[in-house]
Amino acid sequence: MHELGIVFHIIKTVERVGEENQLSTVSSVTIQLGEVSGVVHTELADCWKWAVKKTELLKNAELLIETIPAVTFCEGCDTTYETVRHGRICPHCGSGHTYLVQGNEINLKEIAAC
Amino acid sequence: MDKIRIIEVKESIFADNNREADRIRAELKRQKTFLLNLMSSPGSGKTTLLMRTIEALKDELRIGVMEADIDSSVDAEKIAATGVRSIQLHTGGMCHLDAGMTEQGLKELGTEDLDLVVLENVGNLVCPAEFDTGAVKNAMILSVPEGHDKPLKYPLIFTVCDVLIINKIDVLPYFDFDLDKVREYAHMRNPKLKIFPVSAKTGEGMRAWTDWLRQQVGEWNREEI
Ligand SMILES: Nc1nc2c(ncn2[C@@H]2O[C@H](COP(=O)(O)OP(=O)(O)OP(=O)(O)O)[C@@H](O)[C@H]2O)c(=O)[nH]1
Ligand SMILES: [Mg+2]
Ligand SMILES: [Zn+2]
Repeated sequence: MHELGIVFHIIKTVERVGEENQLSTVSSVTIQLGEVSGVVHTELADCWKWAVKKTELLKNAELLIETIPAVTFCEGCDTTYETVRHGRICPHCGSGHTYLVQGNEINLKEIAAC
Repeated sequence: MDKIRIIEVKESIFADNNREADRIRAELKRQKTFLLNLMSSPGSGKTTLLMRTIEALKDELRIGVMEADIDSSVDAEKIAATGVRSIQLHTGGMCHLDAGMTEQGLKELGTEDLDLVVLENVGNLVCPAEFDTGAVKNAMILSVPEGHDKPLKYPLIFTVCDVLIINKIDVLPYFDFDLDKVREYAHMRNPKLKIFPVSAKTGEGMRAWTDWLRQQVGEWNREEI
C-alpha cells in the first residue's frame, strides 16, 4: 500500500532528526501534502496510527496535515491557474503545454517534541 | 516533563531516500557496475524484453538481475534459464522499492564482478516513480494495448525516466494506438526522454535499445581519467 510506504519514510526521517536532537518523546509531526500528491489523507492517518505504535519515539505522536494548493503554469500564455479546477489544459488560452509548479509535495514540515 | 520544542525540518519526505540513493550510485561507480531500474504496468513485457536484452548482451557484459515482483517465481525461473545471476527481492508487500531495499538486494546479489544489473521493479506506474532506487538510469515500458494517453495520466514516471520503451509494436495494426501522439505527450512531460519502439516478441527495434544500453554501461563503467 502506497500510504504505508510514505508513513515508514516519515517515521524514518523523524527518527533520524530525533537522534540528532536527542529527543525522547515526539508529540506531533506536521506534514505538508500537495493537492495532487495522490496521497489519501484518511488512509495515511490509519497507517500512521498503526505504524507509530511500533516505535518508542513516536508512539503517542499526532499527525498534522497541511495542504499545499496545486498550481499549473502555462507556457502558451505565461500565466498560472488552479490545477484541480482546470486540469492539464490552460483555461486562459487552451494550450496543453503546461506544467505543475507546486502541488505534488510530500514534505515533513516540523516536529513537536521534548 | 521537559518543555516541548518545535524542530523545523522543511524537507521532502523523500530526501533521506534520495541521499541513500546517491550513496548507492557512488558505490556502484566505484565498483564499475551499472544499475538499470525497469518500471512498467503489469504484463507490459518486462520479463520478455529483459530476456532478449540479456541474450543480446550477455557475451559482452556480466549481467545480474533483481526481480521485485511480488509473485514472480515464474519470472525468476525464466531469467535463471538465460544463465545470468538473479535474485528475488523481498518488498514486504510494498508497492515500490526504495533505496534501502535496493541496497539490500545489491548486497545479496553481489555486484563487484558485474557490469550491468537490471532491477525489474514492482508493476505499477505510480509509486516506483517517487522513489529513487540508486539506479544510474531509469527506463519504463509502455505496451501498445495500454493506450497512448498514459503520459497524460501518469506524468511523474515520464519525467523521472531516461528511456521509454514502447513494446508490442507487432500488434499496432490491431489497436487504436498512435505512436506520434505518445511521442508528443511523452516529450511534453520530458523533452529529453529517449524513445524506442520495439517488439520483444519479434525482436523488431531491439537493436537500437540494446545499442543504447551498451553505450550507457560503457560510459558509466569506463575508467575515470
Ligand atoms: N504480441 C506481443 N506480446 C508480447 C510482447 N512482449 C511480451 N508479450 C507478451 O505479453 C505477456 C506479458 O509479458 P511479460 O514479459 O511476462 O510481462 P511482464 O511485464 O514481465 O509481466 P509481469 O511481470 O507479470 O508484470 C506475455 O504473454 C508475453 O508473451 C510483444 O512484443 N508482442
Ligand atoms: Mg515479469
Ligand atoms: Zn495559457
